[in-house]
Amino acid sequence: MVRTLMNVRWIRLAAVLAMIGGLAAAKPAIAGETLDKIKAAGGFSCGVPTGIPGYAQPDAQGVYSGFDIDVCKALSAALFGDPGKVKYVPLTAQQRFAALQSGEVAILSNNTTWTLTRDTDLGFDFAPVVFFDGQGFLVTKKLGVKSAKELNGATICVQPGTTTELNLADYFRSNKMEYKPVVIEKLDEAVAAFFSGRCDVFTGDSSALASIRVGRASNPDDYMILPERISKEPLAPVVRHGDNQWHDVVDWTIYALMQAEESGITQANVDDMLKSEDPGIKRMLGVTPGMGKALGLDEKWAYNEIKAVGNYGEMFERNIGAGSPLKLERGLNALWTKGGLIYPMPIR
Amino acid sequence: MTSEEVSLGLAPPRPAPWRDPKIRGAAYQVLFLAAVVGSIAFLIHNMLGNIGRQNIATGFGFLHKEAAFGIGESLIEYSPADTYGRAFLVGLTNTLYVAALGIVLASVLGTLMGLARLSGNWLIAKLAQIYVETFRNIPLLLQLFFWWGLLNQAAPPPRQAWQILPDVFVSNRGVSFPVPVASPVYKWVALAFVVAVLLIVPLRRWAARRQAATGRQFPTGWVGLGLIIGLPGAAFIAGGAPLALSTPALHGFNFSGGSSVSPEFTALLLGLVIYTGTFIAEIVRAGILAVNWGQSEAAMALGLRPGQRMRLVVLPQALRVIVPPLTSQYLSLTKNSSLAVAIGFPDLVSIANTTMNQTGQAVEGITMIMAVYLFISLAISSAMNLYNRAVALVER
Repeated sequence: MVRTLMNVRWIRLAAVLAMIGGLAAAKPAIAGETLDKIKAAGGFSCGVPTGIPGYAQPDAQGVYSGFDIDVCKALSAALFGDPGKVKYVPLTAQQRFAALQSGEVAILSNNTTWTLTRDTDLGFDFAPVVFFDGQGFLVTKKLGVKSAKELNGATICVQPGTTTELNLADYFRSNKMEYKPVVIEKLDEAVAAFFSGRCDVFTGDSSALASIRVGRASNPDDYMILPERISKEPLAPVVRHGDNQWHDVVDWTIYALMQAEESGITQANVDDMLKSEDPGIKRMLGVTPGMGKALGLDEKWAYNEIKAVGNYGEMFERNIGAGSPLKLERGLNALWTKGGLIYPMPIR
Repeated sequence: MTSEEVSLGLAPPRPAPWRDPKIRGAAYQVLFLAAVVGSIAFLIHNMLGNIGRQNIATGFGFLHKEAAFGIGESLIEYSPADTYGRAFLVGLTNTLYVAALGIVLASVLGTLMGLARLSGNWLIAKLAQIYVETFRNIPLLLQLFFWWGLLNQAAPPPRQAWQILPDVFVSNRGVSFPVPVASPVYKWVALAFVVAVLLIVPLRRWAARRQAATGRQFPTGWVGLGLIIGLPGAAFIAGGAPLALSTPALHGFNFSGGSSVSPEFTALLLGLVIYTGTFIAEIVRAGILAVNWGQSEAAMALGLRPGQRMRLVVLPQALRVIVPPLTSQYLSLTKNSSLAVAIGFPDLVSIANTTMNQTGQAVEGITMIMAVYLFISLAISSAMNLYNRAVALVER
């Protein structure tokens, strides 16, 4: 017994080792292999956060729901006509990259920021940005701080292995301020440390901060998010570098969700839209065949995903927007036609 | 076999090569070695292939890149502008620091508790037993969370910090205490301390020789203590006794000035010491019980006092039972310090994890962690083996 108790930490190391082992033992990935494998297996694994209300959160029965989950569901529906063919693998910020590199998951839908080194050194490719975010600071109102510039000397809780950790160091360096990081791997522990008063500040993507403030604080009104956004955080799903066909499938599955909102196709009216005379809608929904074949999917791919999770706007409002406790504004995440940055490429 | 046997033809005939146990044994070993080396080579080849195909960076060049992340506590100078290599070094010193301190404190606590369990005083023995049975049987990770939670929840925020001694403050940011302002005199004080320790060795030899020759005892203990306190004290006074203190004071969010230990470090050290102390207590108890009672009786018959009996007769024999399992406990304490990551103390594993995640070079990172722990463990192990050889019973 002693030995098992002693080595809890080593189990995780062993897991990473096993992943490296997987990397070593995995067969060489040829372009197109991921999609073939997934089709043959009849399902795929999706790496999701361990628990951020609104993005990915298990309910009392352990069933995951949220914005990140819906991305995986849409992909599953596009591939199999059924949103339920996904195995959700909850991964911490530190575990996620090794899990994707080794092939334990086929895709990360894990609030991952798109950066140059992740795209190159880590051997990944990014799908279209599904959420434009920025890093902010959550503080208790008792602190009496109105701006991030007043945080000199503060103790700050942060998760390791994130761009958050790096932006934080950059921001304090460029503003010639000092801070003391408290770096805790599990989000739950880090959040608990903040609410217990171990840290003056919790820093993260402002959407996640909103989620933590509403979902975890005993009284959300005691806390506020400071106005500064110190970074750009384009959050996008991630796939392994080198399998272009799988990358294409993920890209266009996401564009279709956005295009559906632009074209006014919703979960409720998608069946009626099959009768639409609009040639663009006919192409997307497979009434005019061709798009599905080009992707290596069923012609009903876009129809199936919209039927399963609705369009991008519906996904947003249901999980993190007006229809959710988080009440996030669309802001940058509005369609380009409404002043936002969501701009689907033409499906033709 | 003798020559007669050969000439009489009694020697067994040489078996066929595939039946010869020697040849067969060698063949199996060669096959096994080839299989192991082959699989490792295959795995490495495959891994390099996969890494290349996915465009994952390789090599240890990342150690020279700017780390760009902050570290909460460090024994050496560090800023986010330093390299990953430097950050790794910070983690290594933090791990060594907590492990070294933990080993010393756990040994002291364990020895006291082990002796207490053998005490004739019922209350002391029972209290020691309760300590051992409680803390030995709760997983270390839970104990760490317990101490950390206690320090976070029970202690007040910095602005309402408890002042337990003049200029010593306890808050949920840790314990802040005054430290002397750095002065060159302290170097001389440290040097005087080392000289005092080195002087004691020949002093003891001389005292032992004199006792053997004349039978007169020399108060080595008191003179040694005098040296250890006296020499550094003299250096301190000769240097002008610089008493300036840097005291902690509340500035903005937190205390500045003085020095402080974080709740993470305190919780980790408490957890490691209290947990490992239970095992050491049992090892010490077992070692002392392993010495036959007749040895103590014989020592008493010779007229040795209880302290001398323990020091000269019981302990030397107990140590050879104690030292080997004690080595294992030191090793596991060092390795258990990697649980620090759960409560956010920046040890080697925690920083290597962050590095791996920022650079994506898990293979290199894991290799470095394994190499470092292997090296630390082998170092502790060989030091303890040397000590074990010194205390082992020499049979004549």
